[in-house]
Amino acid sequence: MPIRALTGNEAMAEAMRQINPDVVAAYPITPATEIVQLFASFVADGLVDTEFVPVESEHSAIAACTGAAAAGARVMTSTASQGLALMHEILYIAAGLRAPIVICEVNRSMSSPINIHCDHSDTMGSREAGWIQIFAEDAQDAYDLTIQAIRISEEVLLPVIVSTDAFIISHSMQRVDILEDNEVQKFIGPHKSPYSLFEKTITIGPLDLQDYFFEHKRQQIDAMWKSPQIIEKVAKEFATKFGRTYGFLEQYRMEGAEQVIIACGSTCGTARVAIDTLREKGIKVGLLNLRVMRPFPHAKLLELLKSFKLVSILDRSVTMSTMGGPVYVELRSALYDAPERPLLVDYIYGLGGRDIDVEQIMDVALKGEQIIKKNKVEKPVDYIGLRE
Amino acid sequence: MEKIFEVRWHGRGGQGAKTAAILFGDAAMSTGKYLQAFPEYGPERMGAPVQAFNRLSDSKITLHCGVKEPDVVVVLDPTLLESQPVTKGLKSDGTIIINTLLESKELRKKLNLATQKVFTINASGISRDTLGRELPNTPMLGALAKVTEIIGLEDLIAYTKKKLVKKFRGKGSGVIEGNLESIKRAYNSVRGG
Repeated sequence: MPIRALTGNEAMAEAMRQINPDVVAAYPITPATEIVQLFASFVADGLVDTEFVPVESEHSAIAACTGAAAAGARVMTSTASQGLALMHEILYIAAGLRAPIVICEVNRSMSSPINIHCDHSDTMGSREAGWIQIFAEDAQDAYDLTIQAIRISEEVLLPVIVSTDAFIISHSMQRVDILEDNEVQKFIGPHKSPYSLFEKTITIGPLDLQDYFFEHKRQQIDAMWKSPQIIEKVAKEFATKFGRTYGFLEQYRMEGAEQVIIACGSTCGTARVAIDTLREKGIKVGLLNLRVMRPFPHAKLLELLKSFKLVSILDRSVTMSTMGGPVYVELRSALYDAPERPLLVDYIYGLGGRDIDVEQIMDVALKGEQIIKKNKVEKPVDYIGLRE
Repeated sequence: MEKIFEVRWHGRGGQGAKTAAILFGDAAMSTGKYLQAFPEYGPERMGAPVQAFNRLSDSKITLHCGVKEPDVVVVLDPTLLESQPVTKGLKSDGTIIINTLLESKELRKKLNLATQKVFTINASGISRDTLGRELPNTPMLGALAKVTEIIGLEDLIAYTKKKLVKKFRGKGSGVIEGNLESIKRAYNSVRGG
């Protein structure tokens, strides 16, 4: 297996080259620009067979992708932040049409104030659009999960967003194990579409009023319910073939822990170092990497977390509901059915790219010790690294 | 290298600090190491102070936060000594490598460094000779390789050549040879301790 030093963006572009999609329609935006730029150079150099459509906006990009996917093509694009927001209208349309599309996304804050750095506001802002959402921790994850996303998307017939953290991963060069082109092709297999516009004349996207709209939505919800099975199956097959394990949740040193820290994306990597240090000091804390946000793995989370004394959530975005961040809000809801629930604390951190370091994550666990001792959460939603 | 080894590069926009960090990380990977190479992203302007970073280790690196206590600091531009906190967080047994005409003894005093190692190299002079203009990044790469012993000269030259050929494809071999000569000269003339 070739080893290369790649940034998150380069790793995603390389995965796209090996996937060799039929259509890529894209519009560049920082910090995802490189993905599109590199892919455009693959097209220009004749390394892929892709029809590349350099459109005039992200709205057009995802619209062209949806049309191409509906016509039976294997389709990918890339975006970030305001770009994903501009796609918002069509994100729902793509999901409703059950169009398999994969977006290589880079998590970046939403304006205003304008900022190009990482938080999860953009991705979390589109979590009700009907897309499967997968957070990559590093460049290796970004590469592997992009390849898996093609299979997931085409088997469930739902579009998938795979995201990395802006700059922290998108622009950081790391060692990445790359598969051979033919291994990727063999893993994803030929694109199968349930129908093709070229074979049969059908209508896509007609008016669907009171008589059937609800049933179609119900089918979409069912697809989301069935997707965990496919996500796990694809992850298992990937692990068997290539030796790297993925899936919904990654548990790190949770055995014998009293408290658990839960996070998405690159922070999980830094948290792992914090957990190792804390464990050496005898503090019983583990980490849960929430890799898939949609569908939200509520049943698994309930089963896994119900017996811990405390769960601290690291949220890199806010809901503006005044109830904290999205992971906290949804986890709180998921744990409602547990006869005995852990205490929960939410920490909003890292907005607009504010760094989070090992000590700050260690502090979360140290505060956690106090909360466990008092058996009481005084501040359910708190902040890390914020001047007040 | 059980621990994570961290490098902070100080330069000015246009001097190639980011490229040097990438070349160094890439070359270190060729020796079997895990690596990270990343710049600090801010407003990007020619001449403005910039930083870039490396992390190296024998095992997978999962840290994704900023580098606060580097093992090595590399200063590409001597004027940064006046305006930037180049020694901030440098480990007490760390190393600083500076592009300068001054002696390491003078710099040790000027920067108030008691326990750290101080190395100097006339990287600007070398690049003016080899490239005809001031591009101190590849000479500093050579100096860093020598001081840290992370990669030998021959391997560094071979690996960097491969990377530069790709980067400068179609731009003639003069710029590539000039850069490789820069690395060699700096490797052989960095001084201090």
